[in-house]
Amino acid sequence: MTSPARLRLAGIRKSFGATRALQSVSLDIAPGEVHALIGENGAGKSTLMKVLSGAHAPDAGTMELAGQPYRPDNPHDARLKGVAMIYQELNLALHLSAQENILLGAESARLGFVDARASRERAQTVLAQLGHGGLDPARRAGDFSIAEQQIIEIARALLLQPQVLIMDEPTSSLTQADTEILFATIGRLRASGVSIIYISHFLEECGRIADRYTVLKDGETVGSGAMAGASLDHIVALMTGREVKDLYPRTAHTPGAIVLEVKTAVSAPRLKQASLQVRAGEIFGLAGLIGAGRTDLLRTIFGLDDLDAGEVCVVGAPVGRNSPRDRWQQGVGFLSENRKEEGLMLNQSIADNLTLTKMESFGRFGHVNGGRQQTVAQRWIGELRVKCRDGAQAIGELSGGNQQKVALARLLEHPAKIFLLDEPTRGIDVGSKAQIYQLVGDLAAAGKAVVVVSSYLPELLGLCDTIGVMCRGELAAVRPRADWNETDIMRTATGST
Amino acid sequence: MKRTFKSILANGGPFIGLLLVIAFFSLPTETREYFLTYNNFKIIFTQTVIVAIGALGMTMIIVSGGIDLSVGSTIALTSVVGALLIQHGWGPVPVLVVVVAAGALIGLLNGGAIAGLRMTPFIITLGTLGIARGTAKWLADNQTVNYDASPINGWMTTADPFSRALPAGVWVALVLAVLTALLMRKTVFGRHVFALGSNEATARLCGIPTTRLKVLIYVLAGCFFGLAGLFQLSRLRQGDPTVAVGLELDIIASVIIGGASLSGGVGTILGSMIGALIMAVLRNGSQQMGWPTYFQEIIIGLVIIVAVFLDRLRQGRTAT
Repeated sequence: MTSPARLRLAGIRKSFGATRALQSVSLDIAPGEVHALIGENGAGKSTLMKVLSGAHAPDAGTMELAGQPYRPDNPHDARLKGVAMIYQELNLALHLSAQENILLGAESARLGFVDARASRERAQTVLAQLGHGGLDPARRAGDFSIAEQQIIEIARALLLQPQVLIMDEPTSSLTQADTEILFATIGRLRASGVSIIYISHFLEECGRIADRYTVLKDGETVGSGAMAGASLDHIVALMTGREVKDLYPRTAHTPGAIVLEVKTAVSAPRLKQASLQVRAGEIFGLAGLIGAGRTDLLRTIFGLDDLDAGEVCVVGAPVGRNSPRDRWQQGVGFLSENRKEEGLMLNQSIADNLTLTKMESFGRFGHVNGGRQQTVAQRWIGELRVKCRDGAQAIGELSGGNQQKVALARLLEHPAKIFLLDEPTRGIDVGSKAQIYQLVGDLAAAGKAVVVVSSYLPELLGLCDTIGVMCRGELAAVRPRADWNETDIMRTATGST
Repeated sequence: MKRTFKSILANGGPFIGLLLVIAFFSLPTETREYFLTYNNFKIIFTQTVIVAIGALGMTMIIVSGGIDLSVGSTIALTSVVGALLIQHGWGPVPVLVVVVAAGALIGLLNGGAIAGLRMTPFIITLGTLGIARGTAKWLADNQTVNYDASPINGWMTTADPFSRALPAGVWVALVLAVLTALLMRKTVFGRHVFALGSNEATARLCGIPTTRLKVLIYVLAGCFFGLAGLFQLSRLRQGDPTVAVGLELDIIASVIIGGASLSGGVGTILGSMIGALIMAVLRNGSQQMGWPTYFQEIIIGLVIIVAVFLDRLRQGRTAT
């Protein structure tokens, strides 16, 4: 390339303790270029953006901005040097006015007093530059629509006339119409010479808006090139190219009768629509990007989220309301993706955590027989090889893998017939993972129905009989595992079919 | 060796505190003669009754992750209600039933608002603190409610002040403490209270009816507060709408000194009872030392801070 790069990164490395988040990342961006940064969850995009915006210092590598060495001390310094960042979640003070938000941290002031007229003019100038001069800067930020709030956010980023603007998943909370508004805005910014790093899971969007792309995988740049003419298949292959290890036992099991039926379930705002059937002895996987509505679907089935429309039917169980209490009674169990905040009572004993759904079964007239509770806990501790002192130990003192085994044992002890498992292997060691895979296989062999949500595709492909893929709140496709591969799943999940 | 030290700290912390406080007041020459006598402890026990019964309800609430600031006002209101009923010639048993029910009603209002409107217990009970106090003054026409005589007056004293017998109130508090301890430790209700306080999301996920449970906890605690109001009436022998101002802080302090955590999920009835005794012994001892009341207040304030600090040290240790 003959034109000088606006931003050039070479050999960036960054480790957190023993974890190598970034191995060797290189990136070249020209002035007025929209550059798509693509990669799976955990590929290192966020870390790279934190390095760029000054939140982390790189361990090695060089960064140049407009030909000058670039080493921001902190995000504020990065902003002053000309690199601004817009995060995925909107960061507005909703009670302040649009102009106060735009000027936050860079107020026009005289002797400490805010200069109202100058502030208003600066806010209006930058909004007009964005092509949204019609927005009233004096209105409360909270009174604007989500898309307008995002424009305020962009206006704030543009206030100091950055050379590089980083946008992280800017469309994840936008409707189609709002996305068009955003794209028009990006087009104007590009024309005015701002370089944009555009991070998105939605490949079709990247294809539309970006000039060039870079793919990150496991903290490394694995490919880059011009967007025009690049095949999405090639990009997806770059993103996912890894081998499935033989971690997944194939316990023989045959799906039987339908035990769980979900008919066009809707739960505002994230679950737009989903229908599925799960059979006894079947392992049903739910794939999709973070925020695609997988967890929401599981929670809606279990009654933790409201079912706004549609129907959840547990076949062969008494009719119940859509509440966790009734679901447990119907033999449905749920494992939360969030052990610490939702799944477990960290300062209570292993025994109490294990038996919380069925305390009344440990004695008559509301009495809980602590001895019998401990016996049950001891049995599962032995069976699942939970490393602990005894059943009376507080569960917060165990390792993540052992905590997860107890959380699963709660469903086994209840006992559930239908297992809803949300990210069952998140944040646990490989040994515990293999044990949980084995357990899930055994459950299916014993005729239980298992629904697994996972962000890790090899896990779903290795474990499940059937896989459904969610995209933007809808269950887009359900097929037998044999009809899926990683590329297909990513394409369906990113809406690029 | 380290393990035993830890478990002593964990389970006996408040008890050691109580022994230290008693030892402290047993040593000086001013108090040595009288402090360690049976009669003095009879007085201490009697002075503990109201705070102790309040602490039973408060322990349930705090373990469930809540707080109740309206206890002092509830005690004043229920004592006024009791006095008015006695004025109208009611016998002790109907008075007891209605006064306890009045406490339960305030608990129902608190619990209903907290669970139903999903508001924080601090705000709701701060509101009822004012509402109950105002209602008490209104019912009492802004003055004390006097009555001729009632058997209730005898519940906090013994016929012969120098007899070995303990007043009825002490026995009631003791029996209720044992029952509540069993309720908290050995029943589904009690285990669910701990679950709710430890992690409300987990409780919901595991199918515990959290809304109903919260209301039930405040109603049950309200019964205890109503009963405490009745003993307040018995002690004063009149209904006073201005009584027990700030008593909720003594009660909360007892529960906290007893090892409960304000973030919920931790606490024992035994600990709270010892906490209530520590407060009473401190008051009693300070009086005998001839210390002015402002000095007592400073001491009790310091004890609360030290107790919670030691508690945090202890939890920090068990966590590692």
